[in-house]
Amino acid sequence: MSYSVTEPSSRQKWIAGTLVITYALITMVPLLWIMMTSFKTPPDSISYPPKVMYQPSLEGYVNLFTTRTRVSPERLAALPPPENFAEEIVRNRNMVIAGPSKFGGRFLNSVIIGFGSTFLSVFLGTLAAYAFSRFKIPLADDLLFFILSTRMMPPIAVAIPIFLMYRKLGLTDTHLGMILLYTAVNISLAVWLLKGFIDEIPREYEEAALIDGYTRFQAFYKVVLPQAATGIASTAIFCLIFAWNEYAFAVLLTSGTAQTAPPFIPTIIGVGGLDWPAIAAGATLFLLPVMIFTVMLRKHLLRGITFGAVRK
Amino acid sequence: MSDKTIDRVASATPARVARKVKGLSDRAIAWIFVGPTIFLLLAINIFPLIWTINLSFTNFKANRNREVEYIGLRNYERILGDSDIWLSMQATAHFLFWTLFFQVLIGFALAWLINKKFRGNDLWTTIIVLPMMLSPAVVGNFWTFLYQPQIGLFNYVVSFFTGVDPSSFEMLGSVDLAPWSIVIVDTWMWTPFVMLICLAGLRSIPDYIYEAAEIDRASKLRQFFTITIPMVLPFLMLAVLFRGIENFKMFDLVVQLTGGGPGSVTEMASINLKREAFEKWRTGYSSAFAIILFVTVFGLASIYVKALNKVKER
Repeated sequence: MSYSVTEPSSRQKWIAGTLVITYALITMVPLLWIMMTSFKTPPDSISYPPKVMYQPSLEGYVNLFTTRTRVSPERLAALPPPENFAEEIVRNRNMVIAGPSKFGGRFLNSVIIGFGSTFLSVFLGTLAAYAFSRFKIPLADDLLFFILSTRMMPPIAVAIPIFLMYRKLGLTDTHLGMILLYTAVNISLAVWLLKGFIDEIPREYEEAALIDGYTRFQAFYKVVLPQAATGIASTAIFCLIFAWNEYAFAVLLTSGTAQTAPPFIPTIIGVGGLDWPAIAAGATLFLLPVMIFTVMLRKHLLRGITFGAVRK
Repeated sequence: MSDKTIDRVASATPARVARKVKGLSDRAIAWIFVGPTIFLLLAINIFPLIWTINLSFTNFKANRNREVEYIGLRNYERILGDSDIWLSMQATAHFLFWTLFFQVLIGFALAWLINKKFRGNDLWTTIIVLPMMLSPAVVGNFWTFLYQPQIGLFNYVVSFFTGVDPSSFEMLGSVDLAPWSIVIVDTWMWTPFVMLICLAGLRSIPDYIYEAAEIDRASKLRQFFTITIPMVLPFLMLAVLFRGIENFKMFDLVVQLTGGGPGSVTEMASINLKREAFEKWRTGYSSAFAIILFVTVFGLASIYVKALNKVKER
């Protein structure tokens, strides 16, 4: 077909493209600014007018990963020459590295809690979604609605009793406590998304397997699971991003051992005020994996974003 | 084969097959599969909710070890008479209205433009989506830097285009501007969400409807108002529902941006709740507030869903 009434003209496309690209570029500015700030020195980061061209420096990253103490110029001169670039940067500010900062540990907590809760919610979610999809469960619709409605509660409203409950059970500020909590929050989304994916797998495949003498269990993991792999993967990414970004529960229920990065990054303080390059460095390291994920997996993510509600 | 035959075959097969199946019965497997999920939700969602209801009738304070007294509906009476609570509801309403307004307007416009299918549109869509995938707390914290008077990029850009002195206004520090500063960041972050749902709506409109309208010589403008808008409306309303619920609960972004200040002009419901529960430790009182918020969200959402279903039926 060479002509279609619904195909926009090339002029329309050009105008639409220009407007959308302009919006996209504007929307990227704050994110680019975070990355640019992470490579500035503290004085450069707070100069007026804001600097677009500057000498890149790793000081933000060094400050992010270390704690430093100020020393007198005489003592500084008496020290042996710096062993690496990090020490050199720090000594230029009349300081020495005192030790590692808490950032590495907080980042690791984010990884442990993120992956732990993602695994658990996808595991339990797949089982529940399969059961909802294939078996007659009494009150299935009500149960599904109940599962979804748990997302309507403000996190702070649930946080009060969970705080009390965790205090009694000794789960406050533990990895296990946070993993269970994030799983409970994520599982509603996981069940809904996965049920959609499993619904689309024809029942006939399993029934053929059952007739061939498979048990229901075998039919589930040998026939259904491989078919649902893409759906499971994109659900997992969603759960991971939620757990990675979550702040309200993390700030209320963790303070040390199990604290994740989002409540920690805003508290990075340098000498004489907030250390913006270090904060930006932490933010960059924390946000970049999600950005890369999003760009790489864009096709699979769209369905999850729209909450499975927008389905054909 | 007609659909009916398929249905009949599908519904007839399992029963016959079931008798031959070895191992656990389907019923047992169903409960084993659903059980853990239900248990987890009961333990971490429903039990806490019931506990909150119970606490809301007491004068319990979580940081004291005194005797807990049941005081009936006193907490609820006090909340409804508390002017701070009403102010926080007003702040929430302002935030809710304007964020939804801008996000629907910009989100729909972007979706409409992207649907013109210019070259590379999927790549640019992904770039636009980026902000909503990121941690609101971390991003919100960084926006406080952009909003700094003098050194902040936002103030600099505004002064560049308007000629106003960049240190003459404080987005986060002034009573007039702070409510708008959070609207700007939320709109920046969540417009892509509305856009994606609108885009799905636009793509669900079959071409032949426009072709038929074209044959009937309906103008483009008329097509837009009689085909595009009504067909996208259910999707748009769904987007508003999701964003509405999320923004009613809004906590992380605003805590990082303004912390509820200056004074309490941006102290929205969730922030007020956190202050009552975890700073003043008025556990019973804040539990009652939590219940009121939950009932409000649930009630508004149910009414809205009813309206949505009516639109869908048309």
